[in-house]
Amino acid sequence: MAETVKLLGTKGSPYSHRAEVALRLKEVNFEFLHEDLAHKSDMLLRYNPIHKKIPVLVHEEKSIVESLIVVEYVHEAFNGYAILPSDPYERAMARFWARYIDEKVIPAFWMSCWTDGEMQKGFIGQAKEALTILESQLKGKKFFGGDSIGFVDLAAGMVAFWFGILQEVAGISLLNEEDYPVLCRWADDYCSVEAVKESLLDRKLLVAHFASKKEKIFATKAPVYD
Amino acid sequence: MGETLKLFGWKVSPYSHRAEVALRLKGLKYEFIHEDLANKSDMLIRYNPILKKIPVLLHGDTPIVESQVIVEYIDEVFDGHPILPKDPYERAEARFWARFIDEKVRPQVWMSCWTDGETQKSFIAQAKESLAILQGRLEGKKFFGGDSIGLIDIMACSLALWFGVMQEVVGLNLLNEDDYPELCRWGEEYRNAEAVKECLPERELIVGFFAPRKDRIFAKKAPVYD
Repeated sequence: MAETVKLLGTKGSPYSHRAEVALRLKEVNFEFLHEDLAHKSDMLLRYNPIHKKIPVLVHEEKSIVESLIVVEYVHEAFNGYAILPSDPYERAMARFWARYIDEKVIPAFWMSCWTDGEMQKGFIGQAKEALTILESQLKGKKFFGGDSIGFVDLAAGMVAFWFGILQEVAGISLLNEEDYPVLCRWADDYCSVEAVKESLLDRKLLVAHFASKKEKIFATKAPVYD
Repeated sequence: MGETLKLFGWKVSPYSHRAEVALRLKGLKYEFIHEDLANKSDMLIRYNPILKKIPVLLHGDTPIVESQVIVEYIDEVFDGHPILPKDPYERAEARFWARFIDEKVRPQVWMSCWTDGETQKSFIAQAKESLAILQGRLEGKKFFGGDSIGLIDIMACSLALWFGVMQEVVGLNLLNEDDYPELCRWGEEYRNAEAVKECLPERELIVGFFAPRKDRIFAKKAPVYD
Protein backbone atom coordinates (compact mmCIF):
# COMPACT_ATOMS: atom_id res chain seq x y z
CA MET A 1 0.00 0.00 0.00
CA ALA A 2 1.41 3.39 -0.90
CA GLU A 3 2.21 5.51 2.11
CA THR A 4 -0.30 8.27 2.67
CA VAL A 5 2.35 10.37 4.37
CA LYS A 6 5.31 11.62 2.41
CA LEU A 7 8.01 14.00 3.50
CA LEU A 8 9.93 15.86 0.83
CA GLY A 9 13.17 16.94 2.42
CA THR A 10 16.91 16.63 2.70
CA LYS A 11 19.01 15.14 5.44
CA GLY A 12 21.28 18.16 5.38
CA SER A 13 18.57 20.69 6.23
CA PRO A 14 17.76 21.57 9.85
CA TYR A 15 14.29 22.61 8.69
CA SER A 16 13.63 19.24 7.09
CA HIS A 17 14.99 17.71 10.33
CA ARG A 18 12.26 19.39 12.40
CA ALA A 19 9.54 17.81 10.28
CA GLU A 20 11.20 14.41 10.24
CA VAL A 21 11.70 14.25 14.00
CA ALA A 22 8.06 15.26 14.56
CA LEU A 23 6.89 12.34 12.38
CA ARG A 24 9.25 9.93 14.15
CA LEU A 25 8.07 11.07 17.59
CA LYS A 26 4.49 10.30 16.54
CA GLU A 27 5.62 6.98 15.02
CA VAL A 28 3.96 7.86 11.75
CA ASN A 29 4.75 5.62 8.79
CA PHE A 30 6.09 7.94 6.17
CA GLU A 31 8.06 7.88 2.98
CA PHE A 32 11.08 10.19 2.90
CA LEU A 33 11.56 11.62 -0.57
CA HIS A 34 15.00 13.09 -0.84
CA GLU A 35 15.09 16.35 -2.80
CA ASP A 36 18.08 17.54 -4.77
CA LEU A 37 17.79 21.27 -4.16
CA ALA A 38 19.91 22.03 -7.20
CA HIS A 39 17.34 20.22 -9.33
CA LYS A 40 13.96 20.52 -7.65
CA SER A 41 11.48 17.78 -8.49
CA ASP A 42 8.16 18.36 -10.22
CA MET A 43 6.54 17.01 -7.09
CA LEU A 44 8.14 19.69 -4.93
CA LEU A 45 7.13 22.43 -7.34
CA ARG A 46 3.59 21.08 -7.46
CA TYR A 47 3.19 20.79 -3.68
CA ASN A 48 4.95 24.05 -2.76
CA PRO A 49 4.48 26.29 -5.78
CA ILE A 50 4.85 29.57 -3.88
CA HIS A 51 8.10 28.97 -2.01
CA LYS A 52 9.48 25.90 -3.80
CA LYS A 53 11.27 24.84 -0.60
CA ILE A 54 11.57 21.83 1.65
CA PRO A 55 10.29 20.43 3.92
CA VAL A 56 6.92 19.61 2.41
CA LEU A 57 4.64 17.18 4.18
CA VAL A 58 2.12 15.46 1.94
CA HIS A 59 -0.73 13.84 3.88
CA GLU A 60 -3.56 12.27 1.88
CA GLU A 61 -2.64 14.40 -1.12
CA LYS A 62 -2.72 17.68 0.85
CA SER A 63 0.54 19.55 1.31
CA ILE A 64 1.73 21.36 4.40
CA VAL A 65 4.82 23.57 4.20
CA GLU A 66 7.07 25.66 6.48
CA SER A 67 8.88 23.54 9.05
CA LEU A 68 7.26 24.83 12.25
CA ILE A 69 3.82 24.77 10.64
CA VAL A 70 4.49 21.15 9.63
CA VAL A 71 5.46 20.30 13.22
CA GLU A 72 2.27 21.88 14.62
CA TYR A 73 0.24 20.02 12.00
CA VAL A 74 1.86 16.69 12.90
CA HIS A 75 1.15 17.43 16.57
CA GLU A 76 -2.52 18.12 15.85
CA ALA A 77 -3.26 15.56 13.14
CA PHE A 78 -1.71 12.46 14.68
CA ASN A 79 -2.27 10.84 18.06
CA GLY A 80 0.44 9.81 20.44
CA TYR A 81 3.40 11.86 21.58
CA ALA A 82 2.58 15.42 22.65
CA ILE A 83 4.98 17.71 20.83
CA LEU A 84 3.32 20.89 22.09
CA PRO A 85 2.14 21.35 25.69
CA SER A 86 -1.54 20.97 26.51
CA ASP A 87 -1.74 24.19 28.53
CA PRO A 88 -2.52 27.23 26.30
CA TYR A 89 -0.03 29.50 28.09
CA GLU A 90 2.75 26.89 27.85
CA ARG A 91 1.86 26.50 24.16
CA ALA A 92 2.12 30.27 23.67
CA MET A 93 5.53 30.19 25.35
CA ALA A 94 6.68 27.33 23.12
CA ARG A 95 5.59 29.26 20.03
CA PHE A 96 7.35 32.38 21.30
CA TRP A 97 10.66 30.56 21.83
CA ALA A 98 10.47 28.79 18.46
CA ARG A 99 10.01 32.20 16.87
CA TYR A 100 12.89 33.61 18.91
CA ILE A 101 15.14 30.83 17.64
CA ASP A 102 14.13 31.48 14.02
CA GLU A 103 14.26 35.28 14.17
CA LYS A 104 17.13 35.98 16.57
CA VAL A 105 19.31 32.96 17.31
CA ILE A 106 19.70 31.38 13.88
CA PRO A 107 20.20 34.52 11.73
CA ALA A 108 22.79 35.99 14.13
CA PHE A 109 24.69 32.72 14.34
CA TRP A 110 24.57 32.12 10.60
CA MET A 111 25.87 35.62 9.82
CA SER A 112 28.58 35.24 12.49
CA CYS A 113 29.93 32.34 10.47
CA TRP A 114 29.88 34.01 7.07
CA THR A 115 31.07 37.56 7.68
CA ASP A 116 34.31 39.07 8.82
CA GLY A 117 35.73 42.25 10.34
CA GLU A 118 33.46 44.65 12.16
CA MET A 119 30.34 43.10 10.68
CA GLN A 120 31.25 39.73 12.12
CA LYS A 121 31.96 41.26 15.52
CA GLY A 122 28.49 42.77 15.47
CA PHE A 123 26.81 39.49 14.59
CA ILE A 124 28.85 37.56 17.16
CA GLY A 125 27.70 40.00 19.82
CA GLN A 126 24.06 39.46 18.82
CA ALA A 127 24.49 35.68 18.65
CA LYS A 128 26.10 35.52 22.08
CA GLU A 129 23.26 37.49 23.62
CA ALA A 130 20.62 35.37 21.90
CA LEU A 131 22.31 32.11 22.94
CA THR A 132 22.56 33.29 26.54
CA ILE A 133 18.87 34.13 26.59
CA LEU A 134 18.00 30.78 24.99
CA GLU A 135 20.19 28.85 27.42
CA SER A 136 18.49 30.52 30.38
CA GLN A 137 15.21 28.94 29.25
CA LEU A 138 16.49 25.49 30.03
CA LYS A 139 16.28 26.41 33.73
CA GLY A 140 17.57 23.09 35.08
CA LYS A 141 15.36 21.00 32.78
CA LYS A 142 16.72 18.21 30.64
CA PHE A 143 15.00 19.61 27.56
CA PHE A 144 13.14 22.82 26.70
CA GLY A 145 10.07 20.58 26.67
CA GLY A 146 10.81 19.25 30.16
CA ASP A 147 11.67 15.55 30.61
CA SER A 148 11.14 14.84 26.94
CA ILE A 149 11.72 16.82 23.77
CA GLY A 150 9.05 19.19 22.53
CA PHE A 151 8.36 21.97 20.07
CA VAL A 152 11.17 24.25 21.20
CA ASP A 153 13.74 21.42 21.20
CA LEU A 154 12.81 20.61 17.60
CA ALA A 155 13.01 24.28 16.65
CA ALA A 156 16.47 24.38 18.24
CA GLY A 157 17.68 21.25 16.43
CA MET A 158 19.92 23.43 14.30
CA VAL A 159 21.60 24.70 17.44
CA ALA A 160 22.17 21.16 18.73
CA PHE A 161 23.74 19.69 15.62
CA TRP A 162 24.36 22.18 12.85
CA PHE A 163 25.86 25.05 14.87
CA GLY A 164 28.89 23.01 15.88
CA ILE A 165 29.46 21.98 12.28
CA LEU A 166 29.04 25.50 10.86
CA GLN A 167 31.37 27.12 13.36
CA GLU A 168 34.01 24.44 12.76
CA VAL A 169 33.95 25.13 9.03
CA ALA A 170 33.91 28.88 9.60
CA GLY A 171 36.78 28.68 12.10
CA ILE A 172 35.03 30.32 15.04
CA SER A 173 34.14 29.07 18.50
CA LEU A 174 30.85 30.61 19.47
CA LEU A 175 28.79 27.78 20.96
CA ASN A 176 31.30 26.08 23.27
CA GLU A 177 31.16 24.27 26.59
CA GLU A 178 33.01 26.95 28.46
CA ASP A 179 30.58 29.72 27.55
CA TYR A 180 27.39 27.66 27.25
CA PRO A 181 27.74 24.55 29.45
CA VAL A 182 24.00 24.05 29.87
CA LEU A 183 23.18 24.52 26.20
CA CYS A 184 25.99 22.15 25.16
CA ARG A 185 24.77 19.52 27.62
CA TRP A 186 21.26 19.95 26.18
CA ALA A 187 22.65 19.54 22.65
CA ASP A 188 24.22 16.19 23.55
CA ASP A 189 21.00 15.01 25.20
CA TYR A 190 18.93 16.15 22.21
CA CYS A 191 21.14 14.37 19.69
CA SER A 192 20.93 11.18 21.78
CA VAL A 193 17.15 10.94 21.55
CA GLU A 194 16.19 7.99 19.34
CA ALA A 195 13.85 9.90 17.01
CA VAL A 196 16.53 12.56 16.53
CA LYS A 197 19.42 10.13 16.00
CA GLU A 198 17.48 8.37 13.26
CA SER A 199 17.13 11.58 11.29
CA LEU A 200 20.62 13.03 11.59
CA LEU A 201 23.16 12.73 8.85
CA ASP A 202 26.68 11.59 9.68
CA ARG A 203 28.51 14.62 11.09
CA LYS A 204 31.58 14.11 8.89
CA LEU A 205 29.42 14.23 5.77
CA LEU A 206 27.86 17.54 6.78
CA VAL A 207 31.22 19.06 7.68
CA ALA A 208 32.56 18.01 4.29
CA HIS A 209 29.50 19.46 2.55
CA PHE A 210 29.79 22.88 4.19
CA ALA A 211 33.57 22.95 3.88
CA SER A 212 33.34 22.35 0.13
CA LYS A 213 30.91 25.26 -0.25
CA LYS A 214 32.59 27.64 2.19
CA GLU A 215 33.70 30.34 -0.27
CA LYS A 216 30.39 30.42 -2.12
CA ILE A 217 28.40 30.66 1.11
CA PHE A 218 30.71 33.41 2.37
CA ALA A 219 30.11 35.34 -0.84
CA THR A 220 26.34 34.96 -0.90
CA LYS A 221 25.62 34.63 2.85
CA ALA A 222 23.10 31.97 1.78
CA PRO A 223 23.12 28.17 1.59
CA VAL A 224 24.50 26.76 -1.63
CA TYR A 225 23.11 23.57 -3.12
CA ASP A 226 24.99 22.89 -6.32
CA MET B 1 -12.18 32.25 35.72
CA GLY B 2 -12.54 35.97 35.36
CA GLU B 3 -8.93 37.00 35.41
CA THR B 4 -8.38 40.51 34.15
CA LEU B 5 -7.10 41.25 30.67
CA LYS B 6 -4.81 44.15 29.90
CA LEU B 7 -3.35 44.97 26.53
CA PHE B 8 -0.22 47.09 26.32
CA GLY B 9 -0.42 48.57 22.88
CA TRP B 10 -0.20 51.51 20.55
CA LYS B 11 -3.02 52.49 18.23
CA VAL B 12 -0.68 53.32 15.35
CA SER B 13 0.71 49.78 15.34
CA PRO B 14 -1.02 47.12 13.21
CA TYR B 15 0.54 44.49 15.51
CA SER B 16 -1.25 46.02 18.47
CA HIS B 17 -4.46 46.09 16.41
CA ARG B 18 -4.20 42.36 15.72
CA ALA B 19 -4.28 41.59 19.42
CA GLU B 20 -7.07 44.08 20.09
CA VAL B 21 -9.34 42.84 17.31
CA ALA B 22 -8.95 39.26 18.57
CA LEU B 23 -10.11 40.36 22.03
CA ARG B 24 -13.11 42.19 20.54
CA LEU B 25 -14.07 39.27 18.29
CA LYS B 26 -14.37 37.16 21.43
CA GLY B 27 -16.41 39.89 23.15
CA LEU B 28 -13.85 40.21 25.95
CA LYS B 29 -13.48 43.07 28.40
CA TYR B 30 -9.94 44.41 28.62
CA GLU B 31 -8.02 47.49 29.64
CA PHE B 32 -5.99 49.12 26.88
CA ILE B 33 -2.78 50.60 28.22
CA HIS B 34 -1.29 53.02 25.76
CA GLU B 35 2.48 52.75 25.39
CA ASP B 36 4.67 55.61 24.25
CA LEU B 37 7.31 53.74 22.29
CA ALA B 38 9.78 56.61 22.68
CA ASN B 39 9.50 56.20 26.46
CA LYS B 40 8.66 52.61 27.22
CA SER B 41 6.99 52.04 30.56
CA ASP B 42 8.57 50.00 33.36
CA MET B 43 5.60 47.67 33.12
CA LEU B 44 6.21 46.94 29.43
CA ILE B 45 9.87 46.19 30.08
CA ARG B 46 8.95 43.98 33.03
CA TYR B 47 6.41 41.98 31.04
CA ASN B 48 8.42 41.77 27.82
CA PRO B 49 12.04 41.97 28.96
CA ILE B 50 13.50 40.15 26.00
CA LEU B 51 11.95 42.04 23.10
CA LYS B 52 10.60 45.15 24.89
CA LYS B 53 7.86 45.50 22.29
CA ILE B 54 4.12 45.87 22.07
CA PRO B 55 1.64 44.31 22.00
CA VAL B 56 1.79 42.53 25.34
CA LEU B 57 -1.32 40.78 26.59
CA LEU B 58 -1.51 40.43 30.35
CA HIS B 59 -3.95 37.70 31.40
CA GLY B 60 -4.08 37.98 35.18
CA ASP B 61 -0.36 38.18 35.94
CA THR B 62 0.70 36.23 32.88
CA PRO B 63 2.23 38.09 29.93
CA ILE B 64 1.95 36.79 26.37
CA VAL B 65 3.90 38.52 23.60
CA GLU B 66 4.19 38.51 19.77
CA SER B 67 0.99 39.43 17.96
CA GLN B 68 0.29 36.08 16.29
CA VAL B 69 1.13 34.16 19.47
CA ILE B 70 -1.32 36.42 21.34
CA VAL B 71 -4.08 35.91 18.74
CA GLU B 72 -3.67 32.12 18.87
CA TYR B 73 -3.64 32.20 22.68
CA ILE B 74 -6.87 34.23 22.79
CA ASP B 75 -8.47 31.79 20.35
CA GLU B 76 -7.45 28.77 22.42
CA VAL B 77 -8.40 30.11 25.84
CA PHE B 78 -11.67 31.90 25.13
CA ASP B 79 -14.90 30.62 23.60
CA GLY B 80 -16.92 32.48 21.03
CA HIS B 81 -15.94 33.60 17.55
CA PRO B 82 -13.50 31.02 16.17
CA ILE B 83 -10.37 32.73 14.86
CA LEU B 84 -8.55 29.62 13.61
CA PRO B 85 -10.36 26.69 11.99
CA LYS B 86 -10.76 23.41 13.91
CA ASP B 87 -9.39 21.13 11.21
CA PRO B 88 -5.59 20.61 11.47
CA TYR B 89 -5.02 21.01 7.74
CA GLU B 90 -7.03 24.23 7.58
CA ARG B 91 -5.16 25.52 10.63
CA ALA B 92 -1.83 24.79 8.91
CA GLU B 93 -3.11 26.57 5.82
CA ALA B 94 -4.14 29.65 7.84
CA ARG B 95 -0.73 29.73 9.54
CA PHE B 96 0.95 29.44 6.14
CA TRP B 97 -0.77 32.59 4.89
CA ALA B 98 -0.10 34.40 8.18
CA ARG B 99 3.59 33.69 7.66
CA PHE B 100 3.40 34.68 3.98
CA ILE B 101 1.97 38.03 5.02
CA ASP B 102 4.62 38.66 7.69
CA GLU B 103 7.63 37.35 5.77
CA LYS B 104 6.85 38.41 2.21
CA VAL B 105 3.98 40.89 1.79
CA ARG B 106 4.66 43.22 4.71
CA PRO B 107 8.46 43.61 4.35
CA GLN B 108 8.19 43.99 0.56
CA VAL B 109 5.46 46.65 0.76
CA TRP B 110 7.31 48.41 3.56
CA MET B 111 10.59 48.55 1.61
CA SER B 112 8.70 49.64 -1.52
CA CYS B 113 7.68 52.73 0.45
CA TRP B 114 11.04 53.50 2.02
CA THR B 115 13.56 53.00 -0.79
CA ASP B 116 14.13 54.65 -4.15
CA GLY B 117 15.77 54.03 -7.51
CA GLU B 118 16.57 50.50 -8.62
CA THR B 119 16.21 49.13 -5.10
CA GLN B 120 12.67 50.43 -4.93
CA LYS B 121 11.82 49.02 -8.36
CA SER B 122 12.95 45.60 -7.20
CA PHE B 123 10.89 45.74 -4.01
CA ILE B 124 7.85 46.98 -5.91
CA ALA B 125 8.10 44.05 -8.30
CA GLN B 126 8.34 41.60 -5.39
CA ALA B 127 5.46 43.28 -3.56
CA LYS B 128 3.25 43.20 -6.66
CA GLU B 129 3.82 39.49 -7.04
CA SER B 130 3.13 38.76 -3.37
CA LEU B 131 0.01 40.94 -3.30
CA ALA B 132 -1.32 39.12 -6.36
CA ILE B 133 -0.67 35.75 -4.73
CA LEU B 134 -2.39 36.87 -1.53
CA GLN B 135 -5.33 38.29 -3.48
CA GLY B 136 -5.71 34.91 -5.17
CA ARG B 137 -6.31 33.32 -1.78
CA LEU B 138 -9.50 35.41 -1.33
CA GLU B 139 -11.19 33.39 -4.09
CA GLY B 140 -14.12 35.81 -4.18
CA LYS B 141 -15.03 35.29 -0.52
CA LYS B 142 -15.98 38.07 1.85
CA PHE B 143 -12.99 37.42 4.10
CA PHE B 144 -9.92 35.17 3.96
CA GLY B 145 -11.66 33.28 6.74
CA GLY B 146 -14.79 32.80 4.62
CA ASP B 147 -17.96 34.48 5.88
CA SER B 148 -16.29 35.77 8.99
CA ILE B 149 -12.93 37.16 10.04
CA GLY B 150 -10.22 34.62 10.74
CA LEU B 151 -6.51 34.52 11.44
CA ILE B 152 -5.45 35.50 7.93
CA ASP B 153 -7.73 38.56 7.92
CA ILE B 154 -6.31 39.69 11.25
CA MET B 155 -2.72 39.18 10.12
CA ALA B 156 -3.47 41.06 6.86
CA CYS B 157 -4.95 44.08 8.66
CA SER B 158 -2.17 46.43 7.48
CA LEU B 159 -3.48 46.04 3.96
CA ALA B 160 -6.89 47.31 5.04
CA LEU B 161 -5.67 50.63 6.41
CA TRP B 162 -2.02 51.15 7.28
CA PHE B 163 -0.48 50.48 3.86
CA GLY B 164 -2.92 52.81 2.14
CA VAL B 165 -1.95 55.62 4.48
CA MET B 166 1.77 54.94 4.27
CA GLN B 167 1.86 54.78 0.49
CA GLU B 168 -0.02 58.07 0.31
CA VAL B 169 2.50 59.72 2.63
CA VAL B 170 5.42 58.58 0.45
CA GLY B 171 3.66 59.13 -2.87
CA LEU B 172 3.41 55.52 -3.99
CA ASN B 173 0.42 53.92 -5.70
CA LEU B 174 0.98 50.22 -5.18
CA LEU B 175 -2.16 48.88 -3.51
CA ASN B 176 -4.97 50.36 -5.60
CA GLU B 177 -8.40 49.30 -6.83
CA ASP B 178 -7.36 48.97 -10.46
CA ASP B 179 -4.59 46.50 -9.76
CA TYR B 180 -6.03 44.78 -6.69
CA PRO B 181 -9.83 45.11 -6.82
CA GLU B 182 -10.44 42.03 -4.65
CA LEU B 183 -7.95 43.05 -1.97
CA CYS B 184 -9.38 46.56 -1.84
CA ARG B 185 -12.91 45.16 -1.61
CA TRP B 186 -11.73 42.91 1.23
CA GLY B 187 -10.13 45.94 2.92
CA GLU B 188 -13.44 47.74 3.01
CA GLU B 189 -15.27 44.68 4.39
CA TYR B 190 -12.59 44.35 7.06
CA ARG B 191 -12.74 48.01 8.11
CA ASN B 192 -16.53 47.85 8.37
CA ALA B 193 -16.68 44.70 10.47
CA GLU B 194 -18.10 45.42 13.92
CA ALA B 195 -15.19 44.21 16.06
CA VAL B 196 -12.71 45.99 13.79
CA LYS B 197 -14.54 49.31 13.63
CA GLU B 198 -14.45 49.55 17.41
CA CYS B 199 -10.65 49.48 17.55
CA LEU B 200 -9.41 50.78 14.21
CA PRO B 201 -7.31 53.93 14.56
CA GLU B 202 -8.29 57.09 12.70
CA ARG B 203 -6.44 57.61 9.43
CA GLU B 204 -5.20 60.94 10.70
CA LEU B 205 -3.45 59.27 13.63
CA ILE B 206 -1.40 57.12 11.27
CA VAL B 207 -0.68 60.04 8.93
CA GLY B 208 0.33 62.04 12.00
CA PHE B 209 2.90 59.39 12.81
CA PHE B 210 4.43 58.88 9.35
CA ALA B 211 4.35 62.34 7.78
CA PRO B 212 6.61 64.20 10.21
CA ARG B 213 9.06 61.30 10.40
CA LYS B 214 9.27 60.61 6.67
CA ASP B 215 12.93 61.50 6.16
CA ARG B 216 14.14 59.70 9.26
CA ILE B 217 12.20 56.54 8.44
CA PHE B 218 13.56 56.69 4.88
CA ALA B 219 17.09 56.87 6.28
CA LYS B 220 16.59 54.05 8.78
CA LYS B 221 14.16 51.87 6.75
CA ALA B 222 12.47 51.24 10.10
CA PRO B 223 9.93 53.04 12.28
CA VAL B 224 11.24 55.94 14.36
CA TYR B 225 9.27 56.70 17.48
CA ASP B 226 10.58 59.95 18.90
